[in-house]
Amino acid sequence: MIPAPFEYEAAESASHAVELLGRFGPEAKLLAGGHSLLPLMKLRLAQPSALVDVSRIRELSYVRDDGDTLAIGALTCHEDVHFDDGVKRDCPILAYTAGKVGDPQVRHRGTIGGTTAHGDPASDVPTVLLALGATIAVTGPSGTRTIPASDFFKGLFEVDVAPDEMVTEIRVPKTPGAGWSYQKFHHRAQDWATVGVAAVIRRGDGGVAQAAVGLTSMGPTPLRATTVEEALVSGADPATAAQHAADGTDPVSDVLGSAEYRREMAKVFARRAIEEALSR
Amino acid sequence: MTQTEQARRYVGGGVPRKEDPELITGQARYVDDLPAPNALWVHVVRSPFAHARIDAVDKTRALQMPGVVAVYSGADLAGEWADAMPCAWPVTEDIKIPKHWPVAQDAARFAGDAVAIVVADTRAHAKDAAEVVDVDYDPLDVVLDMEAAVADGSPLVHEDLGTNASYVWKLSNGDVDGVFASAPVHVEERYVHPRLIPNAIEPRGVLVEPSPAQGDVTVYSATQIPHILKVLIALTLGIDESKVRVIAPNVGGGFGSKLNVYAEELVCTALARKLGLPVKWIEERSENYLATIHGRDQIQYVELAATEEGKILGVRARVLADMGAYMQLVTPGIPVLGAFLYQGVYDAQAYSFECTGVFTNKTPTDAYRGAGRPEATYAIERAIDALARRVGKDPVETRKINFLPPFDAPREVVSGLQFDSGNYEATLDKALEAAGYDDLRREQRERRERDDTKQLGIGLSTYIEMCGLAPSQVLASLRYSAGGWDAATIRCHPTGKVTVITGTSPHGQGHVTTWAQITADALGVSFEDVEVLHGDTAISPLGMDTYGSRSLSVGGIALHYAAEKIVDKAKKIAAHELEVSEDDLEWGNGRLQVRGAPDKARTIAEVAFSAWTAHDLPEGVEPTLEATYVFDPPNFTFPSGAHVCAVEVDTETGLVDIVKYVAVDDCGNVINPVIVDGQVHGGVAQGIAEALYEEAVYDENGVLTTSHMGYYRVPSAAELPPFQTDRTVTPSSTNPLGVKGVGEAGTIAAPPAVVNAVVDALTPLGVTHVDKPVVPERVFEAIRRAKGGVA
Repeated sequence: MIPAPFEYEAAESASHAVELLGRFGPEAKLLAGGHSLLPLMKLRLAQPSALVDVSRIRELSYVRDDGDTLAIGALTCHEDVHFDDGVKRDCPILAYTAGKVGDPQVRHRGTIGGTTAHGDPASDVPTVLLALGATIAVTGPSGTRTIPASDFFKGLFEVDVAPDEMVTEIRVPKTPGAGWSYQKFHHRAQDWATVGVAAVIRRGDGGVAQAAVGLTSMGPTPLRATTVEEALVSGADPATAAQHAADGTDPVSDVLGSAEYRREMAKVFARRAIEEALSR
Repeated sequence: MTQTEQARRYVGGGVPRKEDPELITGQARYVDDLPAPNALWVHVVRSPFAHARIDAVDKTRALQMPGVVAVYSGADLAGEWADAMPCAWPVTEDIKIPKHWPVAQDAARFAGDAVAIVVADTRAHAKDAAEVVDVDYDPLDVVLDMEAAVADGSPLVHEDLGTNASYVWKLSNGDVDGVFASAPVHVEERYVHPRLIPNAIEPRGVLVEPSPAQGDVTVYSATQIPHILKVLIALTLGIDESKVRVIAPNVGGGFGSKLNVYAEELVCTALARKLGLPVKWIEERSENYLATIHGRDQIQYVELAATEEGKILGVRARVLADMGAYMQLVTPGIPVLGAFLYQGVYDAQAYSFECTGVFTNKTPTDAYRGAGRPEATYAIERAIDALARRVGKDPVETRKINFLPPFDAPREVVSGLQFDSGNYEATLDKALEAAGYDDLRREQRERRERDDTKQLGIGLSTYIEMCGLAPSQVLASLRYSAGGWDAATIRCHPTGKVTVITGTSPHGQGHVTTWAQITADALGVSFEDVEVLHGDTAISPLGMDTYGSRSLSVGGIALHYAAEKIVDKAKKIAAHELEVSEDDLEWGNGRLQVRGAPDKARTIAEVAFSAWTAHDLPEGVEPTLEATYVFDPPNFTFPSGAHVCAVEVDTETGLVDIVKYVAVDDCGNVINPVIVDGQVHGGVAQGIAEALYEEAVYDENGVLTTSHMGYYRVPSAAELPPFQTDRTVTPSSTNPLGVKGVGEAGTIAAPPAVVNAVVDALTPLGVTHVDKPVVPERVFEAIRRAKGGVA
């Protein structure tokens, strides 16, 4: 890898990272696992003036039980999320999906905060965070603010984080009793999802009480398939509800599939996700 | 008793590879690992346009960048070349071959074409400066599609040639028109072979060290062909061949992509001589995708004429082959390597083949594992399935009524080749049994009856290939510019150790191991005592290198005959020492012993010592025990086999999952079964990649869309099934070891087996064809079209 020249400094804490971001200015980038940033730098598609290396901030790698929610440090790698007993018990869809990211090398380096801050609509974990109604804690010079996932993802590679801020924690609600599924449709194991569908469903008396359906690779950001959710709560069967999975979406055409194919696959995998969630 | 009758101690055994300790421990040194502390680094500025006139190259800013030593445009370097880059295979007398300069002088003709060279003190400085070389491009019309390229009014890749059609190569045997006119059954198919990127694990790299006072250069290159490269560097740069030494150090795979002479090898050699300092260039992966040759990219129109019973009478193939923008070393010859194999292992009466080589504004194509033979095999193996569907027979039965009967002496087939030996039905039967063919068919019926979302398909490929390039006279008749021989030297040291020097140039194949096995058995020495040297033209001056599964069946046979020469000479010396006649000596227990008195004997090691001291040699015998043999084979070898693939196709998504893969190969006698299995595994993996995953895709402007490994889909272990491998052994009649070659077999066999399986799964839905690579969306669309068709 021969990237364009850049400055480099390792941060010792979140506040130190924020201070360094302020010092290096808006062209600086945070380096966590590097699995999104470094390939872009290798191709010189990204040419940050400086890298603030946050990968050594060990105190931001944790999973903490916080009552109704799990608090996960931004620098917790996917592999640790995948194998964490608390996540497996209290938010199994997140544990499962973390294990579907990339390949083992990626999962050992890539972090939950990194994939969230990168804002790539082909990433799996952000879709699950959106479906779960997670909140994202962002730390900047004037302290920490929390943003609901539904407001966080603003556009293609665009999230609600200022140049001098850093994602520090992800908070996900526990999902006791809910059925869940994440369907990642990908050609090769290491590929991004052609389409991904997350479903978290709570059953009530005689039907679906609450449904959250998230979509990966179906637009510039992770999406909620609200018409599918509404149909399910109104009593539609999975196949009928899933027919709405592509409603209002605008997926890209690329080497993994055309927009038209993605729309068709969204319906297939929405049905499969709902069926699996209802079976759990 | 002859040598082949002696007890074999190593040949045929799964001896661990001698190469592996160095590779496993990371001590193997590739070009980029060689110490070159004072080397200057080259970076190549490449055209972002697929076709553009180069109006000016402004070097001003680049020359001001840190560490920059020099910047050259193509025009600046024009005086360095005695000749354009070599194409060694002008397949027809009137072939059109454009001038191909290492750095483009007037126009760039594919995205990635070299347009300027930056030389700097470090790799990073060279790359940084390359970004500010200001090339003034005037974009020209682009042609990317072969059929468009040969249509009237197409933009021309090379204006001066007046056409995009480089050549038309033809072959015909029998009464083709008559057979096709009278046959009751015809099958007509069109197959597209996508462009493939070879993806050797080690990208290319060159380090050139000059000795300015002597005028010598040593060229280290990640190449498959140090010997050929040496000759062509000398000719292209106009320097004495004796001044050029080429070394291929450890080379991390090639798959044919390093069977070439590349611009960077010539540029680095020219600049090392010009600047008087070592010059180094190491390819980046994304650069490898643009500037190293691609493979395949053919369109085939294939026709079979047959009886109502499905007996093939005639085969007719018309092919368009994409050359890309230029002819690299053997670009035009690749389709010709398949031209004789369109009848496969089947008997037929009439045969015709015609291929047009076409220029497009894309990376040049050239040899990629199988080179021409996968294309031919795919055509006949897909077409025979189409014939089976047409006459309503099982593909097994259709193949069996068409197989050539078993033979163990050369047999002429309709394309004019002399197949060496074969027993195709036995191989197929073994594969069917291993696969549990009848059980698979039963399960397929059950899934069809219950309208399962996941349908099962079973595909066969009963392939043949020709390898062991090759008899020099045959190559001459095909207008190939070099010979097909290879050489081996055996040097027996006074200490009992043996050095083998081979003209083949392994880059992952394990020659060091297999050559030691052959030598140890032939000379009665231990495997550990044999060292094998290769890949350095100063150590191994004679050789034709490694490609086309030729190494064992040409270079290995040279080794066999060199060992015979050693034994013959040793016999003279031993007979003299033992005071018997040579006729009284026989080879036994790994030594020369007196007939009837086996305790009177000499080992090769003992004779080697006597030959070295030379104290008491027979009259007229030279001191030392060493022999060289150069072998030119009388014929190709013809490995064959039967592969069976079972796939599950998700009819809702189009996703294909291989659930079973059985490969029964016949590569003749086997020297090392572990290495053979490894070749089959790797070859099949690469064939599955071709069938299901890989395709180089360009956008409408000729920019490579699949420009990195994220988009160009090389499968990993996670996508591949377990392989069940087995063998039949039909020794080749071409050579005394009875070996055939196995380096490309899997890649040749697998694609039709996999695609036939997919089509078989979907036949009830009305699908008869899906283009490679069979990616989910293509399957989904094929199902949708078929459903629409019946609705």
